Amino acid sequence: MIKTLTLSAALALGLGGAALAAESGGHVEDFDFSFEGPFGSYDQMQLQRGLQIYTEICAACHGLEYVSFRNLSEEGGPMLPEEQMRAYAQYYEIYDETLNDGEGDYRLATPADRFPQSSLSNAPDLSLMAKARAGFHGPYGLGINQFLYGMGGPEYVATLLVAYEEEPECAADAGMEGYYNSAFTAGGYPDSCKIFEEVETEVTDEDGNVTTTTELVEVGRQVPGSWIAMPQPLYGDDVEFADGHSTELHHEAEDVAAFLMWAAEPHLNARKAGGLQGVIFLVVLSVLLYLANKRLWAPHKGKH
Amino acid sequence: MAGIPHDHYEPKTGGERWLHSRLPVLGLLYDTLFIPTPKNLNWMWIWGIVLVFALVLQIATGVVLVMHYTPHVDLAFASIEHIMRDVNGGHMIRYFHMNGASLFFFAVYIHIFRGLYYGSYKTPREVTWIVGMLIYILMMATGFMGYVLPWGQMSFHGTAVITGLFGAIPFVGDALQTWLLGASAVGQPALNRFFSLHYLLPFIIAGLVMVHVWAFHSTGNNNPTGVEVRRGSKEEAAKDTLPFWPYFVIKDLFALAIILVGFVAVVGFMPNYLGHPDNYVPANPLATPSHIVPEWYFLPFYAILRAFTADVWVVIFANWISFGIIDAKFFGVLAMFGAIIVMALAPWLDTSSVRSGRYRPMFKWWFALLVVDFIVLMWVGAQPAEGIYPYIALIGAAYWFGYFLVVLPLLGVFEKPLTPPATIEEDFAAHYNAQTGGTHTLAGPAE
Repeated sequence: MIKTLTLSAALALGLGGAALAAESGGHVEDFDFSFEGPFGSYDQMQLQRGLQIYTEICAACHGLEYVSFRNLSEEGGPMLPEEQMRAYAQYYEIYDETLNDGEGDYRLATPADRFPQSSLSNAPDLSLMAKARAGFHGPYGLGINQFLYGMGGPEYVATLLVAYEEEPECAADAGMEGYYNSAFTAGGYPDSCKIFEEVETEVTDEDGNVTTTTELVEVGRQVPGSWIAMPQPLYGDDVEFADGHSTELHHEAEDVAAFLMWAAEPHLNARKAGGLQGVIFLVVLSVLLYLANKRLWAPHKGKH
Repeated sequence: MAGIPHDHYEPKTGGERWLHSRLPVLGLLYDTLFIPTPKNLNWMWIWGIVLVFALVLQIATGVVLVMHYTPHVDLAFASIEHIMRDVNGGHMIRYFHMNGASLFFFAVYIHIFRGLYYGSYKTPREVTWIVGMLIYILMMATGFMGYVLPWGQMSFHGTAVITGLFGAIPFVGDALQTWLLGASAVGQPALNRFFSLHYLLPFIIAGLVMVHVWAFHSTGNNNPTGVEVRRGSKEEAAKDTLPFWPYFVIKDLFALAIILVGFVAVVGFMPNYLGHPDNYVPANPLATPSHIVPEWYFLPFYAILRAFTADVWVVIFANWISFGIIDAKFFGVLAMFGAIIVMALAPWLDTSSVRSGRYRPMFKWWFALLVVDFIVLMWVGAQPAEGIYPYIALIGAAYWFGYFLVVLPLLGVFEKPLTPPATIEEDFAAHYNAQTGGTHTLAGPAE
């Protein structure tokens, strides 16, 4: 009995992720990030490199409207030295509606200000991007992959950045807008790359007449992914890192994805540390309560 | 309070007597804490305390969250991010609250299935069962409205789908939906009232929890044998029971600590696992997510809702007999609410003379199938409504109704139950003497 219910309980937990499994898409690479697993934490240098890529490339179009400049020097983040963070903020101009007798004007940003919003209307804000996407799904809608490998948000971001490919042959005459990306699933997709099958359906009308209609039904796709509006942002060697780290495309993508994970979840280090303390405390408490309970019940169970 | 004879509170000091003659509150506390409890309760009887913990956790964290939350369509999402980033400890409080809802439902489902297996719903505990079902329905309402508050994509479009269910009711549906939303579409009025109700309902739940406890303290707890505590005399009752404090309090706290290890691990290490990434995208009425999926704890009933499509014969029949008033959508809504109503009616549908499933050889299998059915429905509720999934959902929904409306009434007639032990004392002794007094042979390796 207990076993049945425990099993159902385990499955119930597993099914939570099932909700995420509905979307199918291109293959998402399982990048090995330092912040994965119960003991994971952000790699400060990686976040700084990611910030550099964000600043030099992404920020041209995208914004980070929920992240403040002061966050850059806070514990558990890129931890820029205070004066560096202040200097970094001065690099941005923000609109302040209290200036100029309430008419508003631009001024240099201070640590208390937030990053500007996206400057292009179709460039989404990146503050929560690494949490707003799931890279891993299934299998069979059971959520097991998310349980084992995490939600896969940063993996999805990194994969997307390295997944720009030559336009496939099937789309040569389709005149698609945007750029072919084998990991992006939410964009346009040409009919010429879809695989169709003829399906016959019989329809009986009110008088009992049977008419057969033939429909073309999409049964598959020749190439994964879809067409994305954003041109390829990173090619490798786009920046020069002060710490001499590799600027291969793969590494750049990984670094900026890690930075975006921090932007989405700035207190991850504190949360995981707190979780670990909580688990250890409760394990000790469980042992003590187990012993107390055993001793309490012993006389009534005939064990002295 | 209980019908089981036991020592009642006697005020000892002058101050106690003074208070007791004016308000017997100490007596109430004493009788509640020392209530005689069947000593053979097994580990399935610990979920009540987990549920109390979950309710207190949700109210405590919720009160703090409200201090920083703004119920406005333009500000709600940003205020959640403010909590996650700028409020001291805010990210932990919110993650505890988010996952606390899952802990709450996880515990309540096991608690309900415990009741179904051991026949806890049967006479004389029907009122306890009905009050429990009311609590469960209020929990679902509260959970749903809480999910709306962050005003993410899933919040917004989930609200449109769920309130749309009321719109499926014939004649009054549209007016009812507009009345619920306070407008013709999901927007500021809906967010405001859901916020208000999300704060109110947990306190109503707390009140009903007291009635729930009062009810089973009046009848006495059920137990794994389903045999009642002997009530002939205090001495007789004492052989079947032990006082709630300290025996069951410590036992329950031990179990709670174990469960919280898992809970804290989820909050600390994978707090978004049970959520949906789309809810980290601010609500946008113009962009509908490709798959709108409710939270996991709604999935079994969501599956039942979607199972009855226009090509199912019962739907076609209902449509024909009602002159087209009942269409597939309304039928689905009726089925979803009906699935909970038939469960609430279990005390009157179960005809067996034996209470506990432990002594019902055929019932055991049907019950196991119901558990499997529930899990399958939960799984299929998250799948797209195409291909083979609607058929699985239909079979699952059919068994859910079949269990309560056909199996439970008929089993009482066809099943030959075993004989339960005469007393709880006997059951308890049999269990523990077998382990301590008997010859305990360890399975040796086959040589």
